Order: sequence, then structure tokens, then C-alpha cells
Amino acid sequence: MKPARFTYHDPAAIADVLALLAEHEDSRLLAGGQSLMPMMNFRFVQPAHLIDLNRVAELGYIRADAGTLAFGAMTRQRQIQRDANVQQACPIMIEALSHVGHRQTRARGTIGGSISHFDPSAELCNMAALHDAQFVLARKGNQRTLGFDQFARGYLTTAIEPGEMLQEIRLQRWAKPYGFAFEEFAMRHGDFAICAVSVLLTLTGSGAIDAIAIAVSGVAPTPQRLRGFEAAARGQMPGHALCREAALQAAAIEAMSDAYTTAAYRTHLARVLTYRALEKAVARFKSQDMT
Amino acid sequence: MSDTRNISVVVNGKSYQRTVDTRRTLGDFLRLDLGLTGTHFGCEHGVCGACTVRVDGTAVRSCLMLAVQANGKSVQTVEGMAEGDILTPLQTAFRDRHALQCGFCTPGILMTMAEFLEENPAPSEADVRDALSGNLCRCTGYQNIVDAVLQTADTLRKTRDAA
Repeated sequence: MKPARFTYHDPAAIADVLALLAEHEDSRLLAGGQSLMPMMNFRFVQPAHLIDLNRVAELGYIRADAGTLAFGAMTRQRQIQRDANVQQACPIMIEALSHVGHRQTRARGTIGGSISHFDPSAELCNMAALHDAQFVLARKGNQRTLGFDQFARGYLTTAIEPGEMLQEIRLQRWAKPYGFAFEEFAMRHGDFAICAVSVLLTLTGSGAIDAIAIAVSGVAPTPQRLRGFEAAARGQMPGHALCREAALQAAAIEAMSDAYTTAAYRTHLARVLTYRALEKAVARFKSQDMT
Repeated sequence: MSDTRNISVVVNGKSYQRTVDTRRTLGDFLRLDLGLTGTHFGCEHGVCGACTVRVDGTAVRSCLMLAVQANGKSVQTVEGMAEGDILTPLQTAFRDRHALQCGFCTPGILMTMAEFLEENPAPSEADVRDALSGNLCRCTGYQNIVDAVLQTADTLRKTRDAA
């Protein structure tokens, strides 16, 4: 198997990428190639022009600002996993990345590539939903920034338009201390998840929920936040009843079905994993409180 | 009409200049253009790991990289491991522990585990299994591969201690 013919471009600067995108309508951006290359090998995708981003050094960075963690689109998954700032500021990201493919694919795979591909069960898309990410989209002579709800359009579909490139992903990071958990089920470790659930939370001095975010992916075509539950949970004590309520909310998401996994099974996993994730995040918050 | 580029790649310490189709994958370049058929293609879509080679030291899927992307880089394949008849400690452990049967997946596993052991000289069994998760083997059931990797770590540790 090999890709259909294309004209190859390997620009070294963002400005040159955007000029090429503007010039060639039938083009694709090649990031880490861990999703696009398989699709090209299968000839699901046959772009006339392939614009390789691997020489664009200015797209690979991790910047920790007050309140945000910004990633250049070409930052490799392995680089994020090993970054001391991310390990310290955003440990849930490290847990999520441990489920992303395998060491060989993380060595090439990028955060921008994964998010542009927008697989419904991709861990990095879940992280973007959980952290109310903002997405910087660039085109020749223009740039715009979208929030997660504007960016996420549907199954493998984002708001990125022809001629546009995802340049930066900004996660809104939480101030420590907070509790967190990432729970996933896949048929084998490193496979795409069938369902994944992530939780961030803080508790008040009396042990009630102060702030909470829950993102469920692999169930609907895009990662879903449990907004209704998050609002209702504030001020409540996080015990069995609250975990159960979260689980029921997750189970209420309208689930996809495909040849391998039924909607009923996805719903079951959403319920079980949400309960577990919330319970674990609470326990983690409490254990760090005591130290 | 094909789109071609002149590339210069160092493979196993030897420099090669070739003109390649830009759609040529790195794995096909190694096998078809250079005749280095030790690198095996299994699935050609990044799932099986048989085609894993090291590019500037990093273990990657050669079916998911274009040859043109290796321009100016240094590639190591399974042919670059042993020196003549002298196997590396990892290869020796694979032989001693019967960590291969048909051998089709073995080159990719050796490339992956060589990188892994350089980064994790004292791995646990769980670490090895995690690192091995990107390589499929249909013969062994993995146990002997895990044993061989752990034995290699042990051998290398003793060698270091003795030095």
C-alpha cells in the first residue's frame, strides 16, 4: 500500500504554510502522520498537495502562562508527556497521554494533529473539552480564536475551514490543589478508547463540591461535558448519591453505535467510568489535603 | 507525472543518496530502494509495529513516515544491530529465551526495545509490557519476549556494575 500521488511541500515557516494553503485548494497538512498517513495509505484521503509541517520549528512549544497552558500544534505527544511544566501543572494530561497509542506513535504524533483529526474517543480531544480549550486558527492574513463548543462540529469534524490551520491549543488550567481522574476502557491498551471519562474538581473546607468539570468521550460524536450536573453539583457532598447522579447524567448522553460497539454498551461504560472517575477524583483531593 | 526529491540519508552508518517519489514511505525506501529487507511491513497503517525503525535514535513506524521526511537524518534498522556474527545482548537474550518463532515481528520489536532499554535501564515487567504494547506478535504470546527484555536489562546492569 502506498499513498496516491501528491505534490509535496515542506515549508519551514508558518507564513509559508499559510501561503501554500491559500494557493492550493485540494491540500492536506501533514503533522505527525499517525492518522493521516494510514488514511492516505488506504487511499481514503487523496490530496493533490501535501504540506508537511515537520520542518516548521516555530509550531513546537509548550508555554505555561498564568491560568493557561499553551501548546504549539506540532508539539509531539511524547514531548508533552516528558515536560516538567505539564507534569507539575496538569498531571491529568500525563495520565491521558499514557493511553494515546504507543511509544512509537507518541514519538511522532502531535497534539495539533490529534485535535484536528478529532476522533470522538481521542484522549487529547477529551482533555481539550475538560479544560475549556481555546483554539487559535490561522489563515493567510487572518487569525481567529474559538472556544471548544464552537470548534467541535461533529464526528471527525471541526470548525477548521479550507485554507486554515490549527496553530495553537490553549488549555485553561486549574489552580492547585484539585482532584483529578482519567478513566478509560479500550479493547487493548493503546487502542482507541471505546469510552473515556475525565474529572477535575475542588472541594470546600467542609468537603462539599466547590468546582467540577466532567468530560465524557467515545459516546457521542464529540466529547461531552456534563454541564447540567456540574452546575447542580456545586455545594453538594460528594458521596455515593452524587457519584450515582453523575453516572446517570453520563448514561443519558445519546450514544453512537457501530459494527463493533453498540450504543447500549457505550452507555454502560459511560455510567460505570463516570462513577469511578468521580469517586477517584474526590479521594485524590482528600488525600492531598491531608499531606 | 510523479513528484520526486533527491534525498540523502544515513542508514546504519552508511550514507545513501537517492531520488525518490515523494509518496514513497520510509519502509518501502529501505526495502525496495536500498534492499534492506530486514524491516518488515505487516499492516502498513501503523497498528502492528513490525516496520519500526529508529530515526535519529527514536523508534517510529516506517510505514507512517515518508522517505523524503528522513532526508538529512540517520536511520537505524535491524541490520545495523549485530556486528558480523556478534549479536547485541538484546538479540542474544531473544535467542536464549525463545522470544521469536516465525520472526516476522521481531525486527520491529528489537528496534522498539533497544530504544526502550536505553531510556529505562531497570524496567519492571509492567514497564516492558507497556512499551511492548505497540508491537503485535501472533506466535509467542509475548511472555518470552518480556522475559528476554528483562534478561537483557539484567545483563546490561551486570556489565555496568563490573565496569
